[in-house]
Amino acid sequence: MEPTTAPTKPQFSPAAQAEIKRLLTHYPEDRSKSALLPILHIAQAEFGGWVSPEVQDLVAETLNIKPIEVYEVATFYTQYNLKPVGKHVLEICRTGPCMLRGSDELTEHLERITGAKVGGTSPDGTFTLKEVECLAACGFAPIVQVREKYYEQLDTPEAVDAMLNELKSLLHRPILPWEENSTLPNSLKNY
Amino acid sequence: MGRKLLTEHIDVEGINTFEVYRKHGGYRSVEKALKTMTPDEVVEEVKKSGLRGRGGAGFPTGMKWSFLAKPEGVPRYLVCNADESEPGTFKDRHLMSRLPHLLIEGMITGSYALGARTSYIYIRGELLYVLRILEKAIAEAYAAGFLGENILGSGYSLDLHVHPGAGAYICGEETALLESLEGKRGNPRNKPPFPAVQGLYARPTVVNNVETIAAVVPIINEGGDEYAKLGVGKSTGTKLISACGHLNKPGIYEIELGVPVEEFIYSDEYCGGIWKGRDLKAVVAGGSSVPILPKELILKTAAGENRLMTYESLSDGGFVTGTMLGSGGFIAMDETTCIVKNTWNFSRFYHHESCGQCSPCREGTGWLEKVLHRLEHGHGSMHDIDLLVSVAKQIEGNTICPLGEAAAWPVAAAVRHFRHEFEWHVTNPKEATAPGAAYRGTAVLA
Ligand SMILES: Cc1cc2nc3c(=O)[nH]c(=O)nc-3n(C[C@H](O)[C@H](O)[C@H](O)COP(=O)(O)O)c2cc1C
Ligand code: FES
Repeated sequence: MEPTTAPTKPQFSPAAQAEIKRLLTHYPEDRSKSALLPILHIAQAEFGGWVSPEVQDLVAETLNIKPIEVYEVATFYTQYNLKPVGKHVLEICRTGPCMLRGSDELTEHLERITGAKVGGTSPDGTFTLKEVECLAACGFAPIVQVREKYYEQLDTPEAVDAMLNELKSLLHRPILPWEENSTLPNSLKNY
Repeated sequence: MGRKLLTEHIDVEGINTFEVYRKHGGYRSVEKALKTMTPDEVVEEVKKSGLRGRGGAGFPTGMKWSFLAKPEGVPRYLVCNADESEPGTFKDRHLMSRLPHLLIEGMITGSYALGARTSYIYIRGELLYVLRILEKAIAEAYAAGFLGENILGSGYSLDLHVHPGAGAYICGEETALLESLEGKRGNPRNKPPFPAVQGLYARPTVVNNVETIAAVVPIINEGGDEYAKLGVGKSTGTKLISACGHLNKPGIYEIELGVPVEEFIYSDEYCGGIWKGRDLKAVVAGGSSVPILPKELILKTAAGENRLMTYESLSDGGFVTGTMLGSGGFIAMDETTCIVKNTWNFSRFYHHESCGQCSPCREGTGWLEKVLHRLEHGHGSMHDIDLLVSVAKQIEGNTICPLGEAAAWPVAAAVRHFRHEFEWHVTNPKEATAPGAAYRGTAVLA
């Protein structure tokens, strides 16, 4: 079972540890702190979609840096969630070009059908809605990003339903790219 | 039909794989550069091409490369800026996800020219799926001997890595990007020292946009002089334009610089006109940071000449009646668009994305957002309109990096050209805030 909240003493899985080891080879030996952002991405994917203080401490320990060096980075970048989130985090682009093609209406529609409010999670814990800035896909607006996948041109109820149905059909999280060989039942590879 | 130098083969099945890319002439520039040219000769070709940075500022690439400090025994770096976060810009994502090997090829040839032994592609964290595509392509290039030790037996060695950001527009600014690549908050650095002297890990560094680096490939293949034959004047070669907003055919177009704006918007070869049979109201031509222009001024300059898609023509008239090509993020707005709302939306963006180091930007962007919000919602006063201009002026020139200006200029331009519409929000708040309301009066053209 995947943990939905971080346990008090989190541990990276062997697959994640191997991925971290690979990442560290990308930077000069005395500059391993460079791997901080990518390792935080791994941590967020491994521990239920957010980085708790305990998880941030684990990252600090992994890189042998002070916890504050992780905290100040985790709070600066908007992709890191600092609070627990639902099973699927829907990141809705709200910037100009998307607004011109209906992102406000999309947000309202998603609030209505998921029961979540922007910044919050639906009562059943399935969907968290988050507004984000331009996702570099403005010509295919409006856009929602869920984990590593972009859903584009969500300007009809049908397109939105197709996205939500795809997400609801996932019993487990998708296989993470560094878990090549793992076999979670009913999860999607390269989803 | 203009020539396509970057995207000619983009629709070929399997072009994302090394094998198919290679079959279509891929990696020729690496062979040519490493086997027949010195690094300085590569820089010279890029200079001759007249290529200008495609990330927004349009700085001549060859000149930037020749500024790189080369102290003995000190590593230097080429870093690709794939942060692509300027609202309205979505060309780099397209190029990297469909033609990953083109960027990798450009990185190898460019790194050779600069003498870099390790290079990085810094990609915005939202594009992790593109990072996977690039990593796969990089692995293929290593396997084929185009990366790693002693490439093609030339004695030149290069390692190439992709590094993700994590959601911060400011990390597109090159020194913030370098901070972020070092595992820190994305706070822009004071300059000097410039990255060419002290960049990544305080070592000499060149930062270039994805499209700039990709353009090095056709430049080396065909020669700088050939490249410079395309385009108009100092706007040489081709440019990827990301077209979005109220267009019939939004998308990414590789154009030869010099296409008339009118043709770009209305011809079927490009955007196919304004959607729903509506009239065009305004255009932001180079990403959200450049001044907005009303229809009349984007199609023709103040002097009545046809506006062209070039650096010079778009900036004809300065910030009074002109704008900028910027990153090529072309945002079209139809006649039903509320300019006040749109300006407020962009101000919220800059306020949200200000790193907070400099008070004029941190506080000023907040003021702009707040004042625009109340104008948009019918609670503003005439004084607020002038307040916007005054706040914008106080940000300008008073910050470490240009994010402040990027926030201020579009507001100043919106007030300049659409002052009547702002005033209408003050004098007719009920009408202006009704759902779907749009001001149909005339714009200010001088
Ligand atoms: C706030 C801000 C955001 C920027 N965002 C980007 C970006 O997303 N991509 C990019 O290539 N350049 C961006 N730039 C420009 C870079 O600082 C830099 O000029 C560019 O990467 C240089 O590459 P070029 O010469 O190839 O254009 C940004 C600049 C500022 C001030
Ligand atoms: S504005 Fe939504 S993707 Fe650019």
